[in-house]
Amino acid sequence: MTDKLIHALVEMQETEALQQAKQLLDSGTDPMDILDACSKAMEKVGQRFEKGEYFLPHLMMAGEMLKQISDIIKPLIKEEKSTTEKRRVLIGTVKGDIHDIGKNIVTFLLEVNGFEVRDIGIDQPPEKFVESIQEFQPQVVGMSGLLSLAFDSMKETVEAIEKAGLREKVKIMIGGGQVTEQVKDYTGADALGPNAIAGVNLAKQWIGGK
Amino acid sequence: MLIVGELINSTRKAIAAAIEAGDRASIQQIAKDQANAGARYIDVNAGSFQDREIEYLTWLVQTVQEAVELPCCLDSPNPAALEAALKVHKGIPMINSISLEKERCEKLLPVVTANDFKVVALCMSDEGMPRTADDRIRIAEELVNFLLDHKIKLENIYVDPLVQPVATDQTFGREFLKSVEQIMSRFSGIHTICGLSNVSYGLPQRKFLNRTFMAMAIAKGLDAAILDPLDKQMMANVLAAEALVGRDNFCMNFINAHKAGKIVC
Ligand code: B12
Repeated sequence: MTDKLIHALVEMQETEALQQAKQLLDSGTDPMDILDACSKAMEKVGQRFEKGEYFLPHLMMAGEMLKQISDIIKPLIKEEKSTTEKRRVLIGTVKGDIHDIGKNIVTFLLEVNGFEVRDIGIDQPPEKFVESIQEFQPQVVGMSGLLSLAFDSMKETVEAIEKAGLREKVKIMIGGGQVTEQVKDYTGADALGPNAIAGVNLAKQWIGGK
Repeated sequence: MLIVGELINSTRKAIAAAIEAGDRASIQQIAKDQANAGARYIDVNAGSFQDREIEYLTWLVQTVQEAVELPCCLDSPNPAALEAALKVHKGIPMINSISLEKERCEKLLPVVTANDFKVVALCMSDEGMPRTADDRIRIAEELVNFLLDHKIKLENIYVDPLVQPVATDQTFGREFLKSVEQIMSRFSGIHTICGLSNVSYGLPQRKFLNRTFMAMAIAKGLDAAILDPLDKQMMANVLAAEALVGRDNFCMNFINAHKAGKIVC
């Protein structure tokens, strides 16, 4: 049923993809199934990129389509959520790093899974993470980084969170292309999410959600 | 068009290996090839070797200048490395680069102000990468006025508006081009420079895109570039663009290059 949507997304047919998503919603498809289809499509796009069949603009465009679909679906999910206690995730790309395609996918999937997500953007210094934690009071913090130098920024950010006395209040997950278990240990984060679904699962494991 | 030959850069594996091995012959050959191909400055970068940058940058300057009678473009944000390299450098170098980033600016200013050097002024501030032409012009104005206040001559300033990949935002090319045009018209006598290969990042047919973009930038007034002068098609493209935009008297450079068999399309 969602095959057409997946196909449209993978083949970069923007209008068609949006239309398919709307049609599916109108015909009563569970929003979660639509989102599931989206992440399947993203996986395929990623594979094509790795094989050299797709180029950077394909990743960007896929991200854009994802965002538009999420804008349609989010309101529907918000309703469901308001009944449960707020589960909040703060996410951002760490200092010195401007890669955000992966982070945006994680944000998207978290949101569609009912988490309230605040995305503080790219190249964010430790102070900004700390400030935002104080303001937003998340239970989970996600840090994204693709550059090797981002590992130090992640470590600094964890340290800053600790200094501010907030470390006990949040679980910290990290992710991004080059991040490994060793990096996780180095930075002092609680867990590593090799992909966006893993990120969602971590958040669920820590603070619940279906 | 002022060409800075970009090849002697330690982020390239072959160059890093030559530097570590102390292989003078290879470095000198690359310097000569670039000079013969029309480079007017030879960029030298030893930034990959953080702990030995001072020693290696100095060695590069000496090695290069033994082989060619050209000044170097000293590619480092590290004042200690620059000072050491300047001690052995002959002629008037280009310093690559200063920016509005506070730390970089404070550290490098004394190095540039004391001398009549050429300086690359990178449109970058502590707020991060500029995205629009307006961002760039705001940074450029502040940086240029700051440099002028510190007695650096306008004609020694090469503003680099910073090229970003169109693959990630399709406005990046256009905004860069606009900023070249505006910087050149606002500060008569200043120069603009860039390394433009970033524009094609993430796309197929990169060299072709780079050449096309070069022609467009020249049309807007770009008058210097950091590039691979051994790329014959790129060099031909530069000559063609300069002739077409009226920066080549009686098209003589273009014609002479043609006669010398240098116009490779
Ligand atoms: C796209 C890209 C760019 C784009 C970024 C556009 C954007 N808006 O993000 C642009 C062109 C701007 C760019 C710039 C640079 N890049 Co780049 N870039 C890439 C590229 C090609 C793809 C990255 C990507 O988006 N992948 C797709 C996404 C979906 O994957 P992902 O980010 O890993 O995310 C997934 C998971 O990791 C996970 N995840 C991600 N974040 C998080 C967070 C949490 C909490 C969790 C749980 C999970 C999670 O979920 C995601 C979905 O499954 C990679 C090469 C590659 N093939 O990976 C290089 C790469 C990352 N870039 C690299 C470099 C060096 C740079 C530059 C320094 C280049 C330069 N010299 O200018 C600049 C960096 C500027 C800066 N300060 O950051 C290097 C990094 C090398 C290193 N070890 O440091 C790479 C590896 C290329 C290379 N081989 O050299 N780049």
